[in-house]
Amino acid sequence: MGFNIYDFSGMTHNMHLWFMERMSPTATTIVEWTVIGVSYMLFVALFGLFLVYAERKVCAAFQQRLGPMRVGLWGLLQTIADFVKLLMKELIMPKSADKFLYNLAPFIVMIATFLAMAVLPFAKGLQTLDFDIGIFYVTAVSSVGVIGILLAGWSSNNKYSLIGAMRSGAQILSYELSVSLSLVTIIILAGSMQLSVIVESQRDSWFLFKGHIPSLIAFVIFLIAGTAETNRGPFDLAEAESELTAGFHTEYSGIKFAFFFLAEYINMFIVAAMATTVFLGGWMPLHFGSIESFNHVMDFIPPLVWFFMKVCGVIFLIMWFKWTFPRLRVDQILTLEWKYLLPINLVNILLMCLVVLTKFHL
Amino acid sequence: MTLNDIMFYLFAGSILTFSLLTVTSRRILRSAVYLLFVLVSTAGIYFMLNYNFLAAVQLTVYAGGIIVLIIFSILLTSHVSEKAVVAPVKQQIFSALAVAAGAVLTILTIFKFAFSPSVSPAVEANVKNVGRALVSYNRDGFALPFEVISILLLAAMVGAIVLAKKEKNPENIEKQTKL
Repeated sequence: MGFNIYDFSGMTHNMHLWFMERMSPTATTIVEWTVIGVSYMLFVALFGLFLVYAERKVCAAFQQRLGPMRVGLWGLLQTIADFVKLLMKELIMPKSADKFLYNLAPFIVMIATFLAMAVLPFAKGLQTLDFDIGIFYVTAVSSVGVIGILLAGWSSNNKYSLIGAMRSGAQILSYELSVSLSLVTIIILAGSMQLSVIVESQRDSWFLFKGHIPSLIAFVIFLIAGTAETNRGPFDLAEAESELTAGFHTEYSGIKFAFFFLAEYINMFIVAAMATTVFLGGWMPLHFGSIESFNHVMDFIPPLVWFFMKVCGVIFLIMWFKWTFPRLRVDQILTLEWKYLLPINLVNILLMCLVVLTKFHL
Repeated sequence: MTLNDIMFYLFAGSILTFSLLTVTSRRILRSAVYLLFVLVSTAGIYFMLNYNFLAAVQLTVYAGGIIVLIIFSILLTSHVSEKAVVAPVKQQIFSALAVAAGAVLTILTIFKFAFSPSVSPAVEANVKNVGRALVSYNRDGFALPFEVISILLLAAMVGAIVLAKKEKNPENIEKQTKL
């Protein structure tokens, strides 16, 4: 099996042939499903643990502390220990809850997260599904996740949970508009919704630079709305701990709580990965016009490293928001979306149409 | 039986089961969740047919839009312990008859219709094609449905504003300022 860190399409193709030689087509499909499923689950678990660790360290840095230091070197094993603790905790079932919906809710949140991850291009040839409507698919499946939050809040039969769920519902429904419209701005520039085509057309220059000012505005709006979509600070009033104990997941414990927690972090990864793919060139290396030597050096860094470097950069930015800005009130959140972001977005789309029609872009 | 068949029967089975559960459940939020499963399984069948665009529309509009609105309104109005009252027997019999008649009519129509496989090549769903289809008024254009739907939306919005707008009664304003 040939292994090339710059192009995975040969490797996946060889793996497919290797399976096909030894098994029936049906068995091959089932084995490949299992391999892909297990690798996604492993990725979610490991990257989720890494993100929790990173969040604690970033938070500590902003507050002039060290963060976790005792378990393992620089506290590297802290989140693994926390996870083992969560796995072994008792699952407490509220007596007057709607048991079916209470148990279902974490899974709906988790399934929506996994569905959205299926189309992300990690590197050349390292993409599970490549729909011709890739961007639309991501916005479609991520809109299902909020149902899990609403169900969790209602079925817990707890006032705090219910208020948290309703806040989060109003917030996510509103900000979905801004997320989709800022992506539409880039779809106009790219002329395609297929994620692999979008990445490929950013070979010379990223869409953030290609589309001039409208791209930049769309990127900023996408970051703000994406942060709100994931229920993270400063938009975290669905789980505002000082007023609602823990919001919609107050009544959850053990591994079911961990599902919500993990889904929130992986959703942050998805927002960062979408920002990377759509605005920052995905796994494409950084290229500057005609500086040949610089471009050549950049080409040596493998695409997977580029992708994760960009994603981690955006994630750091989102964490930075959380630990610098104070939490918004519910009316301020809705005002920000409906009176500022939405009109700006609509005007921005017109601006982008002008740029594309006059061929002003690079 | 190929994997495709198995997947189809899985989706079809879950659509049938959850449709039944939607109308038989006595807890209103559970009904809404069963309806969500029906709609998501339908999207699954569209994905199987490689009709990705409609599948994604099904997920955004029905699962992400309508179901969320239904759940939201249930959240605001009802409580976990509430259960719907069982309908009287007479009502049950008549609704069963109506449903059976509807089912027979639908099934007969489906069997009577001569389905012919499409021979024209698939159109790529890129932005250009979707945009062209939306504004063109030819045979494959959607200009008329697009405009009709926008009028419907406008009417719905005007209605919502009329319902939500408070009366500009000087007494009411005085009361509010006192509060």
